[in-house]
Amino acid sequence: MNIAVCAKSVPTSSVTIEIDPTTKRVIREGVPKELDPAAASAVEEALRIVEAHGGEVTVVSMGPADAIDDIRKALAMGAERGILITDVALAGSDTLATAKALAAAIKREQFDIVICATEATDTYSGLVPGTLAELLGYAPLTFAKEVKVDGNKVIIHRQSQSGYQVVEAELPVLITTTSGINEPRYPSLKGIMGAKRKEIVEYKAADLGLDGQVGEGAAREKVLAIGKPPAREAGMIVTDEGDGGVKIADFLAELKVL
Amino acid sequence: MPTIWTYADVLEDKLTSLSLEILTKAAQLGDASAILLGSAPDDAVQTLGNHGAKKIYRCADPIFDKHLVLPAAKVLEELINQHKPDVMLFGTNYTGRDLASTLSARFDCGALTDVGELEARDGSFVATIPALGASYQNTAIHDWQGTKIMLARPKAFEAKPVGGTAEVVEVPAPSDASLTRVTVTDEVAQKAEGPSLEDAKVIISGGRGLKSAEHFQMIRDLADLLGGTVGATRAIVDAGWVPYALQVGQTGKTVKPSIYIACGISGAIQHLAGMKGSKTIIAINTDPDAPIFKNADFGVVGDVFKVVPQLIEEIKKRKRA
Repeated sequence: MNIAVCAKSVPTSSVTIEIDPTTKRVIREGVPKELDPAAASAVEEALRIVEAHGGEVTVVSMGPADAIDDIRKALAMGAERGILITDVALAGSDTLATAKALAAAIKREQFDIVICATEATDTYSGLVPGTLAELLGYAPLTFAKEVKVDGNKVIIHRQSQSGYQVVEAELPVLITTTSGINEPRYPSLKGIMGAKRKEIVEYKAADLGLDGQVGEGAAREKVLAIGKPPAREAGMIVTDEGDGGVKIADFLAELKVL
Repeated sequence: MPTIWTYADVLEDKLTSLSLEILTKAAQLGDASAILLGSAPDDAVQTLGNHGAKKIYRCADPIFDKHLVLPAAKVLEELINQHKPDVMLFGTNYTGRDLASTLSARFDCGALTDVGELEARDGSFVATIPALGASYQNTAIHDWQGTKIMLARPKAFEAKPVGGTAEVVEVPAPSDASLTRVTVTDEVAQKAEGPSLEDAKVIISGGRGLKSAEHFQMIRDLADLLGGTVGATRAIVDAGWVPYALQVGQTGKTVKPSIYIACGISGAIQHLAGMKGSKTIIAINTDPDAPIFKNADFGVVGDVFKVVPQLIEEIKKRKRA
C-alpha cells in the first residue's frame, strides 16, 4: 500500500498571520512555521495504515524552500520519502493551480491512496483535495473521522452535519481527514536522526510540465483589494473583583435578557 | 439579467437554511434557479420557489443519496454545459466543497470559496471574502469566461421568502457505472441537545479554559437557565470533551445569536470566524490580552470557575425575585 500525504508548512499557531497589501498574499517569509497540525493527523493516519497493511508513506509538500524542514518532521514521524515542489513561479497559485502541481508530482509515481487534511490551518479554503482527487481520477472519500482499509476497499466514517455516514470506495482513493481523527505521534529521537538520511526529491514547476499553469498569472481568483473588515466597537472590559458574575447579570438585565 | 444557479441540499429531510440563503441572494442578483438532486421533502419545490427560484432542475433518483459526489458532479457538468449560467453558487459545507472542487478541476476553472458578500458590478460578480478567520477581507472576482463557481459562507445572506413559484425541469438520472464508485452504506445520526446552534438566540460556549470535560456541565447549566444552547471551541472538540456537533468556528458551525457568552475561550481566529457575527458578545477569560476581548461587548477578566458559578447563582436569585 503506497500512500502519498499532502502536507503543508504553515505559520505556527502562535503567529498572527498577516497579508502583504502589495502582493495580496499571506506573508510566509521570516515567519516561524510548523508542519500543519491538520497535515500531521493525515501523516499519522497514513502511518497507521502502512503499519497494519504494509507499504510506505511519501510526504508531498508545495511551498517555499524552507518547507523542507516540515517535510523532515513528517519523515521523523515515520514517513519514508519526501517530495518538495518549490519554485518562485508557484507563488500566488490559487487552489486549482496548487492541485495541478500536487497532481503532477503524484502522477509520476504509483500511489494507492492519497491523504490530505480537510483544509489547511492557515487559509482554510478546503478546495485543493477535491480538485486533486478529480485531477488524479481517484475516488474522493472526504471528511473522514475514521478510516479502515479492507483489501482493496477503503471504508470511512464521513463527518456530516447530523452525525456521520459510512462510506466506501475501491482503490485508488483520495481521503481527507478531519482534525480530530487521531493524536499525531511525536517523532522519536531515532526517527529524528533517521529522517536526516531519508530522500527528499525537489521539483520546480518546469520539471512537472506546469509552465504557464501555475502562479499568480494563471490564477482564476483575482484579488482586487484587500483590507480589514470594519472593526467592532470596543466593548467594556472589567477585571473581576469578586463580582464579575453579578456584573454580567447586570449587563444581561440591561439587554432585557433577565 | 444574469442567470445564477444554486445547489440545494437536504439534511434530515429538510432543505438546509444555507440552500435558501444562497437562493435568496441569487434571486436578488438575477434569474435564479436551483438544482435539487436526490431525496427531498414534499414541499421542497414550493419552498425553493418561495425563495426566488424560477426554475428547479430536479432529479429524484436515489443514485445521489447512495453514491456521493460523482453522480451529482456529472449532472451539474452536463447542465452547465447545456445552459451556461453566469454563476453556479454552492454553500460552503460538505456537499458544496466536494462538488465545487470537482467542477473546478473538470472545467479547469477554479473556484472562489468562503464568499461573504456578492454583488453584480459592471458585468462581473464581485465577491467579498473574509480571509484568515475574518481578520482580513478580500474583494475578488472569478476571472473566467465560463460559468463562475463560487461557495458562500453560512449566514452570509439572509433567507427570505418572496412568494414565487418555480417551474420544475426534470433531469434524467446519470447511469454510467463509473459514477457509483463512492458508496454510502450506512448513516448514523448523533443528536445534539437543545435548540440547534444555527437557530439559537443565546449560545454559551466553552473552551480550553474549562480545564476538563466535566467542567463543561456549568456551561450547560448556564445555557439551561438562559434558554439557550451550548457551543464549543475546536480545541475541546478535538480533545474529545464534547461532540463535533457543538463546534463553533471556521471548521464547525457559523452562528449569529443575539447573545454569545464565551467562557474560557481565548478567541483564536478559527473560533472568531464562526461567531463574530453574534449581536452581543460577552467573554470571560483569565488573560486580559486574549483576542476574544477585542471582539467582546462586555468582558470580565477573571477565573471562569468563579465568575460562571456566581453568574448562575445571580440569575437564579433574580429569577426567584
